[in-house]
Amino acid sequence: MMTASNNPPLLEVRNLRIEFPTRRGTLLAVDDVSFDIAPGEVLGVVGESGAGKSLTGNAIIGLLEPPGRIAAGEIRLEGRRIDNLPYEEMRKIRGARIGAIFQDPLTSLNPLYSVGRQLVETIQTHLPLSAAKARQRALDLLKEVGIPAAEQRLDHYPHQFSGGMRQRVVIALALCAGPRLIVADEPTTALDVSIQAQIIALLKRLCREHGTAVMLVTHDMGVIAETADRVAVMYAGRVAEIGPVRDVIKHAQHPYTKGLMGSIPSLGVRSERLVQIDGAMPRLTEIPNGCAFNPRCLARGERCLVERPNLMAAGASRAACWLHDKAGVGAPVAKQEPVDA
Amino acid sequence: MPEAPFVHLAGLKRYFDVSPPWLVRAIEGKPRQIVRAVDGIDISIAKGETFSLVGESGCGKSTVARLVVGLYPPTAGKIEFDGHDMSVRRNQNDMSALRRRMQMIFQDPFASLNPRWRVFDIIAEPIRAFGLSSDKADLEKRVGDLLRQVRLTPADGRKYPHEFSGGQRQRISIARALASEPEFLVCDEPTSALDVSVQAQILNLMMDLQRRLRLTYLFISHNLAVVYHISTRVGVMYLGRLVEVAPTDSLFRRPKHPYTRMLLDTIPDLEMTGRQRAPMAGEVPSPINPPTGCTFHPRCPFANDRCKAEVPELLASEDGMVACHAIEERRLGVEERSYGEKPSA
Repeated sequence: MMTASNNPPLLEVRNLRIEFPTRRGTLLAVDDVSFDIAPGEVLGVVGESGAGKSLTGNAIIGLLEPPGRIAAGEIRLEGRRIDNLPYEEMRKIRGARIGAIFQDPLTSLNPLYSVGRQLVETIQTHLPLSAAKARQRALDLLKEVGIPAAEQRLDHYPHQFSGGMRQRVVIALALCAGPRLIVADEPTTALDVSIQAQIIALLKRLCREHGTAVMLVTHDMGVIAETADRVAVMYAGRVAEIGPVRDVIKHAQHPYTKGLMGSIPSLGVRSERLVQIDGAMPRLTEIPNGCAFNPRCLARGERCLVERPNLMAAGASRAACWLHDKAGVGAPVAKQEPVDA
Repeated sequence: MPEAPFVHLAGLKRYFDVSPPWLVRAIEGKPRQIVRAVDGIDISIAKGETFSLVGESGCGKSTVARLVVGLYPPTAGKIEFDGHDMSVRRNQNDMSALRRRMQMIFQDPFASLNPRWRVFDIIAEPIRAFGLSSDKADLEKRVGDLLRQVRLTPADGRKYPHEFSGGQRQRISIARALASEPEFLVCDEPTSALDVSVQAQILNLMMDLQRRLRLTYLFISHNLAVVYHISTRVGVMYLGRLVEVAPTDSLFRRPKHPYTRMLLDTIPDLEMTGRQRAPMAGEVPSPINPPTGCTFHPRCPFANDRCKAEVPELLASEDGMVACHAIEERRLGVEERSYGEKPSA
């Protein structure tokens, strides 16, 4: 089905559905999301805030915050189902088989322990190593992620590191037990542009060397363009388009992806106006019938108002849009004027 | 520039005292610590232009914005607005007449709107404060017009800020800034907190308003692609000083200062031209303890002994200004850059 059919996928997500039960009814935050990640592959997941990209990542590492819960679907890692594991079992997988990198390096490190102690603790939790061997491994990891004077830095506390260096420590922590998959949730968003480039280059190099697959969750298309092999574009809890990164960026198939790509200011020609998508992503309580993007879509037809499209072949990618179906979108319907109130 | 600049900053400095308390200093024998957030900046902004300041966090660009609108008093230097020195003491009426003509748009639309006020009152506040309208019908009409100008509806005035999305809130901030009919807007990262598709809406709106109302912008941002789209001229800041000022096209196509080149390298390549961005080594040093000479020398591949000792001055170079010994001595040539042209869709 996907390009990487020659080797079995490392991670399979099938029909994932994440719900939030609230007093006013159940909110559907992630709706019927399916994708694969091949060993060693970098899958970028982009979308605007509230598209469900971080929730999908959290579900994979088993850290969905209640009341959010997986209502349907399955997640398989190396063929083994991991979404319904008891907490203790999942704890062993998380860290050992799946590493995690979060947005803010300051909150993902414990301020009361030296980084060496945190690394050693993580290593010894997952690998049967003596204290001395674990410390040596911690040192090697710090050197590998490019921290200068690693011997001294091992005993420093997180506040003694700068933002970029802290994120390097977090990457070292994620790599501790040699995981097969890293879920990186906005790993560069909190960093300055010049540091961002360093961290992306580091992440890319390490994953290539270790053969680690990465699920890179971000809102920054630039980061995806430079890092990912494939990209999934999420909108209102669903995958709008998924395909090889070059095709999605250069030949977007879904009207939302097209608008999204156009709205990013580029250094090519300077135009009078940027392409803009009017309106905003619907709130979870107000997701329209049919295609969730239809109120903002320039190409919408009658069918888009009633029938929800699933992913279908579109160019080299797959897009959830009736434009790519034989039957088409039906009679055209003008885009809704963006009036509130 | 032939005519007098609309906004003129001359030798502007702002230092912050970040010393530990007196007693701690006395016991530990530590000296005072001063952060030179803005360390001598000269900028002239002509009427109707968009001047952008770019730089990484901690370079002092937001401090400049706050100095210009008077939220901080400067440590030294002068701010002239349409020929008036802003530091001269004036009576209340004259001062507010000047103040009315400049407004600010803040970064975070979730923090800059009072959550307990209705949108109508938020937008009406500058009108009331500057006494621009006294009767109720006129006030309602003005607020309605302002809301329409930012593509909201007069009915939205009855709502509270929490009922709006981030992009809509930033529209409300813009409407509030426009309420006093200013000529000069200081925009401190107005789109950094927004999603890209919403960012495009706000940038388009700002450019439309500029054309229609003949506004002058001082635009602060760390996003070079955004700056490229909106600016007439760009100033690049590093550790409290300007390192390069140039018209937008020259800055992007013929960058001179090594730091400018480095910043341009960090723009992600969306055209997929295969351009490799060389990640720049090192980080921004602490402004408490900046390096000697040219503050960029520890990260600069072209630095020599002179760069370590002597602070470079901002000197004219082609159609811009640049503060770099290597450029001045012609050790370093100007680099031509081109960017993948977008295929016309």
